[in-house]
Amino acid sequence: MARAISPRRKWTITVVAWLLGLALFFPILWTVLTSFKTEGEAIASPPSLIAFDWTLANYFEVQARSNYFKYVGNSIVIALGSTLIGLLIAIPAAWAMAFSPTKRTKDVLMWMLSTKMLPPVGVLVPIYLIFRDTGLLDSRTGLIGVLTMINLPIIVWMLYTYFREIPGEILEAARMDGASLAKEIVYVLTPMALPGIASTMLLNIILAWNEAFWTLNLTASNAAPLTAFIAAYSSPEGLFWAKLSAASTLAIAPILIMGWFSQRQLIRGLTFGAVK
Amino acid sequence: MRLKALLLGASFLTASGFAAQAETLTIATVNNGDMIRMQKLTDDFKAKNPDIDLEWVTLEENVLRQRVTTDIATKGGQYDVLTIGTYEVPIWAKQDWLLPLENLGENYDIDDLLPPIRAGLSYEDKLYAAPFYGESSMVMYRTDLFEEAGLEMPEAPTWEFVADAARKITDKENEIYGICLRGKAGWGENMAFLTATANSFGARWFDMEWQPQFDQPEWKETLDFYVNLMNDAGPPGASSNGFNENLALFQSGKCGMWIDATVAASFVTNPDESTVADKVGFALAPDNGLGKRGNWLWAWSLAIPAGTQKAEAAEKFIAWATSKDYLELVAEKEGWANVPPGTRTSLYENPKYLEAAPFAKMTIDSINTADPNNPTVDPVPYVGVQFVAIPEFQGLGTAVGQQFSAALAGQVTVDQALQSAQQLTQREMMKSGYIK
Repeated sequence: MARAISPRRKWTITVVAWLLGLALFFPILWTVLTSFKTEGEAIASPPSLIAFDWTLANYFEVQARSNYFKYVGNSIVIALGSTLIGLLIAIPAAWAMAFSPTKRTKDVLMWMLSTKMLPPVGVLVPIYLIFRDTGLLDSRTGLIGVLTMINLPIIVWMLYTYFREIPGEILEAARMDGASLAKEIVYVLTPMALPGIASTMLLNIILAWNEAFWTLNLTASNAAPLTAFIAAYSSPEGLFWAKLSAASTLAIAPILIMGWFSQRQLIRGLTFGAVK
Repeated sequence: MRLKALLLGASFLTASGFAAQAETLTIATVNNGDMIRMQKLTDDFKAKNPDIDLEWVTLEENVLRQRVTTDIATKGGQYDVLTIGTYEVPIWAKQDWLLPLENLGENYDIDDLLPPIRAGLSYEDKLYAAPFYGESSMVMYRTDLFEEAGLEMPEAPTWEFVADAARKITDKENEIYGICLRGKAGWGENMAFLTATANSFGARWFDMEWQPQFDQPEWKETLDFYVNLMNDAGPPGASSNGFNENLALFQSGKCGMWIDATVAASFVTNPDESTVADKVGFALAPDNGLGKRGNWLWAWSLAIPAGTQKAEAAEKFIAWATSKDYLELVAEKEGWANVPPGTRTSLYENPKYLEAAPFAKMTIDSINTADPNNPTVDPVPYVGVQFVAIPEFQGLGTAVGQQFSAALAGQVTVDQALQSAQQLTQREMMKSGYIK
């Protein structure tokens, strides 16, 4: 039986949720607004929210100086490539840990997560040297490899959590019906865990899209993604906020649109459970 | 026979394809006005060198420094031309990470480069980087506020005059602050200003035995002067102000004086950006009568990493970008006021430039009074005016800068900040083997 919520409480929750949502969204809104200001207005104190001379000049300047589509192309290839390869590795791994656990499974999961505890700069030089010697510097292949590796622990952990929600009896039933291991994973487990896999995929795409340390350090011009595009517009000498905001808006636009359209799946995935 | 002919034809076509393929130079650079302008003008270089293509990698200064240092230290070979400053050149040249520039061409006129800048970019009498633009620091002040206060700025002021004037001009109720100075922590932020200022107070980072000198009275005098002045006449929150924050304050009319890079002169006098464009005067950085002024020396310069396979083409590009002809090209396309300053003597003898850039004389005088090889009152074992050209300085400078920024914010006292600076510098210098 559903618990009755008083209208007053409902209102309070709604207002708090809206305020929280606005607070979280405000930096993005401010970036977008600043991108339409002149450099002088961008640093004006007190700043104006909407009462300024709107201009598209920053977007034209950014477009004239940089090949935006090259950077977007690289970001898409790197984010999608690393996510898909990560899922291919992580689904069987998470299956094994969720449905055939051993007494060391928890330790293995912890060990995988511990790789995220090392600051990336600690392994920059060895990875740089490996990339140099294998000709992977400034290549999309190399970046896909690195981003797959660094996001793999998160994918495995998320999938493991989702898979644990699926009752083992359902898989047992499939096995009794004669399904092979591969069929069990592809035809029974995957469709049931699809919301979880989708939200893992979306989160991983966002993480890979925003990753700035490796993408900046291992690329020069050919494989540089949108993080490098943004980094080109910051300056220690001279005003740059408006142009930087225009570049940032262009860089986050694709992922923002993708997130907007897939928010239903994202929420469903995050509250996922086979028997809910 | 036909197959042979086909194969022969195919290999000929492939070979000629390779021959016709242009060599591509990857150039790492920073995002500032002069560099961006150069990128727009490269058609001229391509017309003169059709066999060389240019690929630009523009990054924020700190990102660029980290990126380029990793690449050059590991001989990654991702870049053919690097944009680096006077801090890196002597260190990297000593490590054999850079190639000397010995074939810049007959018309390059290397003797025309400003002597202090050339000295800053040379190691063992060889030029390892060519200056693209150079800068020093100077006083920029509001002529209208000085007039109202009945003050007249001398061409070469003392610190005493500057401090008195700043306190007189300050009108906190109307958000007018007598002086804006850097306070944000960083070796290239507050420490650039404070190290140069300390030079004029007779202070130095190290004595000839590499012993840190923050426990000496000259540093105490410098930091006391700075913190008291900023408390009395500086803007609120000054400990987080760097170049851009002070630029914004000055342009919006809130600073009576601002001591910072000479390159700022073109920003504060630009009516499109500055509300005080027609009310700005310039003076040399102040001194204390000890023979050294508080001005620094910096040059964004182009260098060739030792790992490149395209050294010849890279040197051709550098010769083009730092030549007299390039200055003429910018003048022709964008006007004399937009020519990259601070690299060549001939520019400061050019009447057209002197007319277009009212800050030209003060810029050249400031550059000429900075001596990277002899920066302090007492002798020092290092090169560099606002930095110490040793690899450890980036980390040291920022750590000391954090202490000084905390002193400005009132989180620690001047004595505590100096004591911490002394201890951390001593520790690092012992660890690095400079002192036993």
